[in-house]
Amino acid sequence: MSVKLTVVLLLSIALTSIVGTIIPQNQNPADYFRAYGEFLYRLFDVLNIFDMYHSWWFQFLLVLLTMNIFVCSIDRLSATWKIVFAKNPSFNLSRFRNLSQKETFSGNHPLTELKKRYEPFISKHFGYTKVEETDKGLCIFAEKWRWTRLGVYTVHLSVILLLLGGLIGSIFGFQGYVNIPEGETVDSIRTFPNGKIRSLGFEIKCNDFNVSFYDNGAPKEYRSSLTIFEKGRPVYTKDIIVNDPMKYKGYSIFQSSYGKMAPEANPKKAATFEMPSDGITLNFTSRQSGKTYKIKTVIGKPVDIPEGLGKFVLLEYRKSAEFIGQNIGEACIGILTPKGGKPVEILLPLHFPNFDRMRKGRVFISVDAQAPEKFNPGSNPAERYYTGLQVTKDPGVFVVYAGFIVMIIGCFITFFMSHQRVCIEIIKGKTKSKVIVSGTANKNKMGMHQKVKKLSDQLADLTNGS
Amino acid sequence: MNSSNLLSITTFIYGAAAFFYLAHWVFKKDLLGRLGTWTAIIGAAGNIAGFILRWVESYQMGIGHVPLSNMYESLVFFSGTLVIIYLIIERKTQNSIIGAFATPIAFLAMAYASMSPNISDRIQPLIPALKSNWLIAHVITCFLGYAAFAIAFGLCIMYLVKQRDVQGTSSLLSSFPKAIVLDELNHQMIMFGFLFLSIGIITGAVWANSAWGSYWSWDPKETWSLITWFIYATLLHARMMRGWYGKRIAYLSIIGFMAVLFTYFGVNLLPGLHSYGSV
Repeated sequence: MSVKLTVVLLLSIALTSIVGTIIPQNQNPADYFRAYGEFLYRLFDVLNIFDMYHSWWFQFLLVLLTMNIFVCSIDRLSATWKIVFAKNPSFNLSRFRNLSQKETFSGNHPLTELKKRYEPFISKHFGYTKVEETDKGLCIFAEKWRWTRLGVYTVHLSVILLLLGGLIGSIFGFQGYVNIPEGETVDSIRTFPNGKIRSLGFEIKCNDFNVSFYDNGAPKEYRSSLTIFEKGRPVYTKDIIVNDPMKYKGYSIFQSSYGKMAPEANPKKAATFEMPSDGITLNFTSRQSGKTYKIKTVIGKPVDIPEGLGKFVLLEYRKSAEFIGQNIGEACIGILTPKGGKPVEILLPLHFPNFDRMRKGRVFISVDAQAPEKFNPGSNPAERYYTGLQVTKDPGVFVVYAGFIVMIIGCFITFFMSHQRVCIEIIKGKTKSKVIVSGTANKNKMGMHQKVKKLSDQLADLTNGS
Repeated sequence: MNSSNLLSITTFIYGAAAFFYLAHWVFKKDLLGRLGTWTAIIGAAGNIAGFILRWVESYQMGIGHVPLSNMYESLVFFSGTLVIIYLIIERKTQNSIIGAFATPIAFLAMAYASMSPNISDRIQPLIPALKSNWLIAHVITCFLGYAAFAIAFGLCIMYLVKQRDVQGTSSLLSSFPKAIVLDELNHQMIMFGFLFLSIGIITGAVWANSAWGSYWSWDPKETWSLITWFIYATLLHARMMRGWYGKRIAYLSIIGFMAVLFTYFGVNLLPGLHSYGSV
């Protein structure tokens, strides 16, 4: 348990975290198998790489880091505690005399007069002052912000609070989701990620769901009107939108996704919506040459991509497509067959033109930015929607938020406040007194030097003013 | 004149400021340094004006929101913040050589925002997830942090060049602040940046909790911001507890800034919730 270990742990958590940002987490096992092959798939699976942030070894690193912070802090705290809560702060004159940077000026007044002038000024600016006689005259010691030495411990405390809050959340909390068709009621949800059914103890009814769009086709608002029923009686009604959830009995209910109810007759066909009748324009960008080709096409018509990059067929247009559980709005779907390669399904969300870039293929495809205007997202009154809700309960959230506040305050104290001590030594002379101002701080020594200079200037003004 | 034009002009003003500062460093003419300072001040004023104008324009379009919602707008805010922080440092240290290492970053960021074919400067309406006051707090604090880290990066480059010239023979380096001052300024910037990065991550977590019901979900952007936070935390511990300074701290600071850049640009290539940042 040491600072060295802390640094090693911080860096190993940072390094291992990168893995989970490169390998997408919590995907379908079959997709992993296809992407990495059998050997790597088995290896990654054993190491829990596909859900690495919840794996035993990653959690172990987090716990070890927190324990290490805790032990190091306790270890050092006892020494700091003695300094912070000392009854009579002690000052060591020779230490101040030995400082390399001191400010000196002389004054025309006798010792007692200077003491009378300085003392009230000093005690106004510092929390504690003390006057001592010395061999050459006298000395005024002052200090402030001794307690800021505890700042770093508050930051460490906040980290412990964050982990504790996370722990409480993972033991006593859960995350779940439920889809409710308009006009219908549910009393249970499916939890994430294990998919178990969990009863809520109350009922949620979706009275109405509305989605509105901007002129350019981007989604403007998803709004669900919900009513909570307790034993068949309505107790609470609220419209929820993204960023404004409903809270009830420790549960939070979020607007998360939506969709259209499939008409009974032909659900497959109903998923396809109106396309611009004259076709849409796609951009094909070759990775090698960097050139972009604009090609207009309609559903079902194969397109030959220039530079021999293969064939592309547009299959359908979806008003609300999903990617890793996230609604990405309108999207076109097509099949790309690279020359001599296997056909792949390509998702082209209208609102994320760079989406296909992350496939890192030889050609990058997007729907031309001008195209969305031609789409007609006007809604048909006969269409029936369902709302997708995320339901969570996390009793640890308050502990985490407390940790957040403590962390911000702690960082501020640790970085920008220091325990400052100054010494004003007045040396008795025949006609004039000599004044030496010096000071130390436990942090930011350069800044302290500026402060000592300023203090010295202020005292010089007090000395030579009337 | 619309905001995009004004901000394009600002890009060139920043370019001119960077040029004057660099010329001031090489030719050691005070006049060039003063020109650099005034050009940077005019650039910052243009940057702020462009920001406000864009804000007004969004209201005129009926989709009013603070212009902090996509890559273009965040780069504009980042450049303005960086130049303002730099000007404060210049005033405090009375040294305008640092400008030769700070203003080019602002110029490059603005030029990238204006000219990259992947970044649209159109004012776009906010999608539902972005409609939150936490967006403003989150973006402002993150970019204050990033701007401070960018300046720390410039200072580290200066430090590393300066400390190699122990005898002080190079006339190009004679006008640099002393190595110890650069080291201390770097440390100050990192503490400032770390505080704001922490607040940025925290406001992001609170926002995520109000939008998705989970304050932390390990999406790549979150994870990379945490990695960045860990790197700077390591730096602070190494300095405060083990007395590291100078070269080793400078290298750590540079690694930290690389992580900042990846969090900002690289993550958009990976899948995740923050994909708005790429548009």
